[in-house]
Amino acid sequence: MAGLVGIYTIWYRELKRFLLDRARIIGSFSQPILWLFLLGTGMGSGLAKVFSRGGGTEMFPGTGIDYLEFLYPGIIGMSILMTSIFSAISIVWDREFGFLKEVLVAPIPRYSITIGKALGGSSVSLLQGVILLLFAPLIKVNLSFLSVIKLILIMFLVSFSLTSLGIVIAARMKSMEGFQVIMNFLMMPMFFLSGAMFPLSGLPEWMEKLVKLDPLTYGIDAIRSTILGAHKIEVAGKVLFQIPTYPLSYDITIIAFFGAIMIILAVVQFNRVE
Amino acid sequence: MIIEARELVKEFNGLRAVKGVSFSVNEEEIFGFLGPNGAGKTTTINMLCTLLKPTSGTAILNGYDVIKKPNEVRRSIGLVFQDPSLDERLTAKDNLNFHALIYGIPKRERKRRIAEVLEMVELADRQNDIVRTFSGGMKRRLEIARGLLHYPKILFLDEPTLGLDPQTRSRIWEYIKDLRKKEKITIFLTTHYMDEAEVCDRIAIIDYGKIIALNTPKKLKKQIGGSVVTITTARNELAKKLLKERFSLEAIETNNSLRFEVKEGEKFIPQLVKRLGVEILSVELHLPTLDDVFLKLTGRAIREETVSKRELMRKHWRRR
Repeated sequence: MAGLVGIYTIWYRELKRFLLDRARIIGSFSQPILWLFLLGTGMGSGLAKVFSRGGGTEMFPGTGIDYLEFLYPGIIGMSILMTSIFSAISIVWDREFGFLKEVLVAPIPRYSITIGKALGGSSVSLLQGVILLLFAPLIKVNLSFLSVIKLILIMFLVSFSLTSLGIVIAARMKSMEGFQVIMNFLMMPMFFLSGAMFPLSGLPEWMEKLVKLDPLTYGIDAIRSTILGAHKIEVAGKVLFQIPTYPLSYDITIIAFFGAIMIILAVVQFNRVE
Repeated sequence: MIIEARELVKEFNGLRAVKGVSFSVNEEEIFGFLGPNGAGKTTTINMLCTLLKPTSGTAILNGYDVIKKPNEVRRSIGLVFQDPSLDERLTAKDNLNFHALIYGIPKRERKRRIAEVLEMVELADRQNDIVRTFSGGMKRRLEIARGLLHYPKILFLDEPTLGLDPQTRSRIWEYIKDLRKKEKITIFLTTHYMDEAEVCDRIAIIDYGKIIALNTPKKLKKQIGGSVVTITTARNELAKKLLKERFSLEAIETNNSLRFEVKEGEKFIPQLVKRLGVEILSVELHLPTLDDVFLKLTGRAIREETVSKRELMRKHWRRR
């Protein structure tokens, strides 16, 4: 009982803080928009020119997929990655501002703090993902009701595993100074290797190995195959590129497995915090 | 006996911050932990309130063992930490609400109790403001309110007036004294302000991780015979020697002055001036304070600002 109360309270605080923080809400929109519409449009028209020799907007000729459409699921994945890790790292803020103590001396089991935090962080990133789904019409992507439901489930799973990963790291961090290191050595590589910005086909072998190690690869692959839909994927797969890279069930199994390991590790790590 | 500590020891990487501390606190008592910065006060509190696991030894609070029943202990205590521990982005009321939720206070009760504690610390009119906009004193008051919200049996106050201006300090003490009158609550506090420690029913003086004295403030001060005389002379070294030879008095030299205890200071001073044989520049006489007790026990003044390397290290550990 105390466990459930703890999970609920920590989750509730996480959400409330997000909703009260206007700067954070605005920031969480503006960045993906920049990526999508500036980078996406720029790259897209450039690439289309190269590939289709001046005619059409397709990035991948013969597939009906332009770059913006390709990038869109990648940016959703990127937003989820950033928001999840950032939410988890706020544990370090709480430590610096003393609030963590208030939580640590509360009569709730430690695991409930970890799980509450993981659920809170993943709810915030899910929210972010859902908001990005609203841009679909602008990118001329048609989403059926069923695929939206599917996407929500996938995004939640991805958010939860990434937030848990963040907690594993944050439990050991003493100050925010380490954040830059995490940004450079964890988040950026995860983002670049995930296939968010380019198709994962014809890569050098060493890179392919790293791509397979990146949990975000499977997340973005799952989101992308759901967004693009069966028809387009079939064409794309046949024509040239490996979209999707893996079957959906395989993606989901890997993410779920990764998430389970991370949350267990997070609970264990956080239990040791003094 | 509401708190019973038995041989509490805490080591940080081989450095002993608390070296076997034992004491007990009676119900509804104000018990004070007094000592210089880095003496092990906060570390001891953190062990009592389940934030730190003792390296050895244990403590029983409200009948529960801190190691075996941490959640029951947590339910029995309220805490006001040395450093602020509020969520500064939320409002005062949100902070209290969060506390009420996490301590499982039923919904019907929540509103009433929040209003009650806000009233008590006179923050009712600011309850919907973001905590970031509060002054240091207001934050501390809010923390006291929060610490009382779940009706704890014991309230821990770790340096409750640290960093506050004198006016706010005295107000905080008003609340604490008031609280004792109104509620059946035991208060455990730490301070390094000697004058503030006088409020306590009993005081434990702690230095380098050990309790060196434990008694009521009155009895502690009684250890010092009569009154305390502080003199400055032209030649302190010589004066110290002469005090011993002619009056058989042991003087302690601090801050270029000599300090010693005598039975009847008023009558002694004229004698001293007449017979010391060294030019006396100034004389000061006062009744014993806890400062004098600390000085007598340790040979150092409590607020002497000599920060050795060792001290710095302690501070570093304390902060973690």
